[in-house]
Amino acid sequence: MTAQVPTRKKPRLAVWKFSSCDGCQLTLLDCEDELLAVAGAVEIAYFLEATRARIDGPYDVSLVEGSVTTAEEKERILDVRRQSGVLIAIGACATAGGIQALKNFTSVDGLIRAVYAHPEYIATLSTSTPIRDHVKVDFELRGCPISKAQLLEVVSALLNGRKPALVNAGLCLECKRKGIVCVMVAGGEPCLGPVTQAGCGSVCPASGRGCFGCFGPKEGPNAPALSRRLTELGLERSAIRDLYRGFSGSAEAFREESKAHD
Amino acid sequence: MPDMDAKASGAAVVLGVDGLDALVGLLVAGGYRTIGPRVEEGAVVYGPVRGVADLPAGYVDEQAPGSYHLTRKKDGKALFDWTVGPHSWKRYLYPPEQLLFRAERRGGGFSVLPAAEEESPLAFIGVRPCELAAIAVHDRVFSGSGVVDPGYAGRRDGAFLVAVNCTRAGGTCFCPATGTGPRARTGFDLALTEIEDGKRHLFVVETGSERGAALLAGLKAPPADGALLATVTRLTRKAAKAMVRDVPKDTPQVLKRNLDSPRWDDVAARCLGCANCTLVCPTCFCATVEDTTDLSGGVAERWRRWDSCFTSDFSYIHGGVIRREIRSRYRQWLTHKLATWSDQFGVGGCTGCGRCITWCPVGIDITEEARAIRAGEGRAGEGRR
Ligand code: SF4
Ligand code: SF4
Ligand code: SF4
Ligand code: SF4
Repeated sequence: MTAQVPTRKKPRLAVWKFSSCDGCQLTLLDCEDELLAVAGAVEIAYFLEATRARIDGPYDVSLVEGSVTTAEEKERILDVRRQSGVLIAIGACATAGGIQALKNFTSVDGLIRAVYAHPEYIATLSTSTPIRDHVKVDFELRGCPISKAQLLEVVSALLNGRKPALVNAGLCLECKRKGIVCVMVAGGEPCLGPVTQAGCGSVCPASGRGCFGCFGPKEGPNAPALSRRLTELGLERSAIRDLYRGFSGSAEAFREESKAHD
Repeated sequence: MPDMDAKASGAAVVLGVDGLDALVGLLVAGGYRTIGPRVEEGAVVYGPVRGVADLPAGYVDEQAPGSYHLTRKKDGKALFDWTVGPHSWKRYLYPPEQLLFRAERRGGGFSVLPAAEEESPLAFIGVRPCELAAIAVHDRVFSGSGVVDPGYAGRRDGAFLVAVNCTRAGGTCFCPATGTGPRARTGFDLALTEIEDGKRHLFVVETGSERGAALLAGLKAPPADGALLATVTRLTRKAAKAMVRDVPKDTPQVLKRNLDSPRWDDVAARCLGCANCTLVCPTCFCATVEDTTDLSGGVAERWRRWDSCFTSDFSYIHGGVIRREIRSRYRQWLTHKLATWSDQFGVGGCTGCGRCITWCPVGIDITEEARAIRAGEGRAGEGRR
C-alpha cells in the first residue's frame, strides 16, 4: 500500500530553566541514541545546558523546566510565553512545584534564617508554584526527572503533527502491563502508585520500592482511600503527610491530602 | 481451537517428579515455548520454565483481600501447593503490548508491514481449572462471534495446556460458586493432580486431547489405580469445601435492578479507581490502541495495550468522558463481570479465581459488594443514578 505523505520544516526549539536542578534538561541530553535524530529534526535555538550559541526568538516549541520561586522568574515566564508557539512544562517542578514546594507548607522566613548565613541576600517568593499557575501551558510532562521515552514521544508527536500517546491513568496500569508484582499487596510497602500518574515505567515498584508520587496525581485520584490503607500498613500520620508533599506537593490532590495529615 | 472438548478420556496414568520433568522436556524438545510458574519478586508468576527445577517447590501462598504472602515450607516438596498469583495466561495469549502493524515511509509514499508472526507455539505448565475456564471465555470473546482476532487465534491454536487441579483452596478464590473448579473437566491437553504426603510424591495425569495422549505415550507411564483416582476426588473435594465465598445464581438480576443502590457510593469512597482488578482478571480483555511515530517521521506503529474501564480515556468519546466518577466505573466493572457479561458472551465473566480481591490494594471483594447490593435492596431510592 502506498500513499502521499507531506514533508515538513524544522521547528525552532528552546529549553528554559527556572527553579530546578537541571535533571530534566539532562534527560534530553541523555537521549544518546536519539539525540542526533532530535538535533537533526529540530533547530536547537536556545539550550544553555547543551550549547552557548543562541538564536533569538520567537520559538516554535519551548520546553520549560523548573518552578516559579522568585519575582524575577514570575516576570521571565511571561516573556518566555510571549516568544513561544507551543509551551511544554517539563518535570515535577514545572508541573507540581517540585521538592522546593515543601516551603509552601511552612514559614519561608524561618527557612531562610535556618539555611543561609546571610538571609538578607535572599530574595524569594513565599511559594514554589508550577508554570501553569502563571501562563497558559500547552502540554505537561510529569516526573522527577521526566521520562526520556515520554519526552521523545512528545517531540515526535509535535514534529509529526499528531496527538502524543501518553496516559493520565494511575501507575498501577503500568505495573500490570509490565507484569511487576505489586509491592504494596505482596510486600506491604507503602505505594503512591494508585493515585499517581503513570509514565515513569514503574521504576520504583520494579526495584521493590513503593512509588513516591513524582509524576503527580493521576486523573481522578482517591487519595483519602489510599491514606486509610497506608495507615493500616502502619504508616504514621506524619509519614503520610510527608509522602504526599515530597515531589508534587503543589498539586492540588496531594497538597490537600498532605494537609489533612498535618 | 484445538479439539479439547472431549471430557478427560482414556485411562489416567501416574508420573513421578522425574516423569513430570521428562514431560516438560518433551514439550521443550517439541519446539514449544514452555511457560510455567516461577517464584519472582515474592510471588508465583508465569515465565519460561525448562523443567521441574524451575517450579516453585515447597511454596505456599497466603492470600486475603489486598494481601499476598508467599512462604516456603521447610522441607516442602510439592510443586503446586500455591494457587494463583498476580499473572494469568492472558499475558501470553493476549499480551499487554501488541504491535498491530508498522508503516514505513518509502519514497513519496509508505508501505504497511504486518507485525511479525509469533515464533514458536506456547505450552503452559500448571493451568488451574479456573484459568482453563478463563481461556474458554477468551476463546468466545476473540473468536466466538465469527469475528476472529488473528493474533489471539494464532497463539491459542497451537498452545498446549497442561492443567493442574487444586488440592488446596486459595484465600480469596471461589470456583465452586462459578462452577469452574477446583477440578478440571475439559479444555486441557493433560491434567495433573499432585499427591505429596511425605510418603510419596506423584502426579495422576488425565488426558484431554489426542495431542495430550500422544505426548504421554512417549513416557510409558503406568495406569493410575482406583485408590489413586479416589484420592484425586477426595483432595479436590476437600479444596472445594474450604472455599467460602459465594455468587448466587440470581446475581445478574439483582445487580441489574439495583443500578442506583447506595452501595455504589459506598464502594466508590473506598475504591482507588486504580484498575488493578481488571488487569489481573483473567477474563478482562479491554485494550486501547495507540499510534506512534519515530522522530524522523519515517516509521509509524500501531500498538494495542491493555486498558481498563477504570481509566477516563476508556469512556472518552467526542465531547468528553462518560464515566467521570469512580462510582460509575466500579459499577461498570462489577455489572460487566457478574451480570451483563453472560448476555454478551453466553458465559459468565467471572471464573472465581479471586485475583481481583487479592490484588486490589485496598482489598475490595466483588462477592462482598454483590452481597451488600442484594442486602440493600429496597433502600435503592436513597442512592442516585
Ligand atoms: S506497586 Fe504500587 S503502582 Fe504498582 S500496582 Fe502496586 S500499588 Fe500500584
Ligand atoms: S472477576 Fe475477579 S474472581 Fe472473577 S475471574 Fe476476574 S479476577 Fe477472578
Ligand atoms: S470489566 Fe471493564 S476492563 Fe473488564 S472487560 Fe469489562 S469493561 Fe473491560
Ligand atoms: S476495586 Fe480495588 S483494584 Fe479495582 S479499581 Fe478499585 S481499588 Fe483498584
